[in-house]
Amino acid sequence: MDPGKGAILLDVRLPRVLLAGLVGGTLAMVGVTLQALLRNPLADPFVIGISSGTALGVVCFLLSGLSVTFWGTTASPLFGFTGGLLTLFFLYRLSRVHGRIFVQTLLLGGVIINAMLSAVIMFITYMVDADKVMGIVYWLMGNLGSLDFKALAVVALYALAGMVVLFKSARGLNLLALGDETAVTLGLDAERTKRVAFFASALLTGAVVSVSGLISFVGIMIPHVLRMVIGPDHRLLLPASVLGGGIFLMAADTIARSLISPTEIPVGVITALCGGPFFLFLLWRGRSRYWSA
Amino acid sequence: MIQEGGHDPEMSSMYTLKGVGFRYETEWVLKDVDLTIERGEIVGLIGPNGSGKTTLLKILGRHQRPAEGEVRLGSDDLSTVPPRALARRVSTVPQDHSIAFSYTVLEIVLMGRYPYLKGWAFESAEDHRIARSAMERMGVDSFAHRLFTDLSGGEKQRVIIARALAQRAEVLLLDEPATFLDLHHQAGIYGLLRELNRDDGITVVVVSHDLTMAAQLCRRLLLLNKGRIIRLGTPSDVLTERVIEEVYRCGTLVDAHPTTGRPRVTVIPDWKEA
Repeated sequence: MDPGKGAILLDVRLPRVLLAGLVGGTLAMVGVTLQALLRNPLADPFVIGISSGTALGVVCFLLSGLSVTFWGTTASPLFGFTGGLLTLFFLYRLSRVHGRIFVQTLLLGGVIINAMLSAVIMFITYMVDADKVMGIVYWLMGNLGSLDFKALAVVALYALAGMVVLFKSARGLNLLALGDETAVTLGLDAERTKRVAFFASALLTGAVVSVSGLISFVGIMIPHVLRMVIGPDHRLLLPASVLGGGIFLMAADTIARSLISPTEIPVGVITALCGGPFFLFLLWRGRSRYWSA
Repeated sequence: MIQEGGHDPEMSSMYTLKGVGFRYETEWVLKDVDLTIERGEIVGLIGPNGSGKTTLLKILGRHQRPAEGEVRLGSDDLSTVPPRALARRVSTVPQDHSIAFSYTVLEIVLMGRYPYLKGWAFESAEDHRIARSAMERMGVDSFAHRLFTDLSGGEKQRVIIARALAQRAEVLLLDEPATFLDLHHQAGIYGLLRELNRDDGITVVVVSHDLTMAAQLCRRLLLLNKGRIIRLGTPSDVLTERVIEEVYRCGTLVDAHPTTGRPRVTVIPDWKEA
């Protein structure tokens, strides 16, 4: 093989493929978790505003022109995580009455906060200089390029920490599907489990959104597809979603890169256009058999 | 008696409540409750709507923490028992059976083994054996792999009780387990509770609106009204026409049940036949 091609393969293609796997797997796992926590099929990091909060954090970082570093690499995930966590914390306080979380309030509040934060991001991108705007818009549309191994390793570290926490909560998530009261009856510290899982979800979302931008549909589609195939046990569902989401986004990114090569399509466009119809087909075929509230 | 967690096996009472009160905001829904429940007892909590009987059951299961007073489970302060340890000693059959995902019957019953497992663990062969025997006991083993959401009300109720049995707890708390069930399933549930109490020595506390059925099933009845204990004693002590009239504000006829000899309560309609 000619050495130039080898370098491209190793330094450009490989990190990108690994990142696609990491981002896809993480988004799908967060989707599984949020759907269980909120007992609602529509929940995913985008719908309840964690992604927008993360995005706003990252946009602020990009605009500040700060060259803050964290563990020798960009602090962008840290800003994103902070934005996502602040959003989640606000939602949590909003929907908390007498120490209990009211899920419907959290979900509705999330939808509204999502709209508000998106408006703020739009306003910012409208106001800033033209030379900065392209970078932000390109990032917001969702892309997986331009990342070296070092940055990948940092993101992987954040993501891995979140994954370990969620895997350990798997049986707790199973119980939460029966409702808080029943979960407590069976020996689960429900409020603690929810706090930990929400926190891990914000961490994971912050880590991946800060490097990949807003890639929709993975977090809502993959969990549903897998639940139809392997059932609702989170001990299997969580690892399966990491695999399934990862493979799905790797495939989508390959299509995004090669469909009208050499021009790249934003991968978020591919995920929505491939995922949407497939998901609708599954819904039509399965007809609400597997989800009941 | 199954004793996990190695707490004192001395013959202390199962529950000891002293001066227990509970309030929402400023309104007291339970006040000055003193109560002792012995091991192996079967107690019925009765009273009109809003009398505090469900709140009392929730305090026993620690779904609500009392605003004042003390609750002891055996020799332990109930508020300090860790969640998993509590689930190994006290099981609850709640009223609400809604679930968010389509779990199978077997998966639901296996969740009763949660307090015995740690972290990202799968149930052992022993857990499966215990779940299976609980399902056989409740007559639901034939549909182990059906979806819980596809079951009828009576079947769901029996699955939930099977899950409680899989916890292998010494106490079983039930909130109106026979509501919405037809006569056959009502009789079935009450028969099972009696069997579990008599054959397995499980302490049963059951909230019920059905005074007659509660009288046949329970050794003692606790009658609550407006958050306070009105009467506590054997069914024939508690269920008199005068007391029921006072608390429920409706006329009843109390006579002896033809087969058990225990009180039977019949409501007297407050209109006259033409």
